[in-house]
Amino acid sequence: MERVSVQTNVLQANQELAAENRRLFAAEGTLVINLMSAPGAGKTSLLEATIQGLRGRYQLAVIEGDLQTDLDAQRIRALGVRSHQITTGTVCHLDARMIARALAEFPVEGLDLLVVENVGNLICPASYDLGESLRVVICSLSEGPEKPKKYPVMFHKADVVLLNKTDLAEPSGSDLRELATNVREVNPKAAIFEVSCRTGTGLDHWLAWLRDAIASRGVAIAART
Amino acid sequence: MHEISIAQSIIEIVEAEARAANSTNVQTIKIRLGEFTTIVPEALEFAFEIARSETLAENARLEIEIVPMVVRCVTCGPVADPVRCVCLICPQCGLPLEIISGEELQVEYIEIESEVERA
Repeated sequence: MERVSVQTNVLQANQELAAENRRLFAAEGTLVINLMSAPGAGKTSLLEATIQGLRGRYQLAVIEGDLQTDLDAQRIRALGVRSHQITTGTVCHLDARMIARALAEFPVEGLDLLVVENVGNLICPASYDLGESLRVVICSLSEGPEKPKKYPVMFHKADVVLLNKTDLAEPSGSDLRELATNVREVNPKAAIFEVSCRTGTGLDHWLAWLRDAIASRGVAIAART
Repeated sequence: MHEISIAQSIIEIVEAEARAANSTNVQTIKIRLGEFTTIVPEALEFAFEIARSETLAENARLEIEIVPMVVRCVTCGPVADPVRCVCLICPQCGLPLEIISGEELQVEYIEIESEVERA
């Protein structure tokens, strides 16, 4: 029997493809957001609010990831924004290859911002780099304050964490301060925004931050390349 | 449950290495798995049982070494037991902690039977 040293990252193939996607996005100067959360935390609602806040000034597009249906892509198209649906079948996350395939039929030329809405899941998407510039994670108050402690890897890797459904803090008995503290403990560096996509509260801070990120996207893109 | 995808990636890496070494029979696969990943060892073992069939690793044993999470503070040095409290803020000075290890997901080595041994 012979021992062969391998020393290879299991996700290396994905990381190589993600690097190719990243080069393509950098060449176009497109800021790319990988948007992740548990199912029902408000990814598509945040997208709708974000599109309404940015529309007219920027070229935007959305790639939607779901196991089944193109319902989310339809919601985005209803706002007049180009969207592409990836249905993963049974796969619980998007990977860099799925994005590369989508880009073959969904070009990013001239885009300021591309948002990839990942499959609703706080576990698996954390492992797969898609070639994004920024990782944005949403946690809603109605999920309770302990999600960052239960899914620390996802929250640790986020650049931005949005605490959504602040209007439901009281009826759901969740403490917004406790949730923010729990995010801060696993990720002391993330930008945190408290929003309600339903009432619109706090969205102006997020949109101002995002406009700055788009304006200075060369820096964000370079940091990941 | 992305352990299936992970197991398939392991098999792809291992088959390429075995072919390069002219072997069709992988006997051991050694994995280093960090504590601060989203991979559950038991789920990975189960997924591997499924993924290995009809591959060069069909008879392979999966050995998983769990790599503990180690963190340190740039000013205060090592900090004990960060996983249990899931807090990456230095308890002494409040600065963000650096993760030294615990994020590994790596094929370390394989053990193969060479064609000469088979013959």
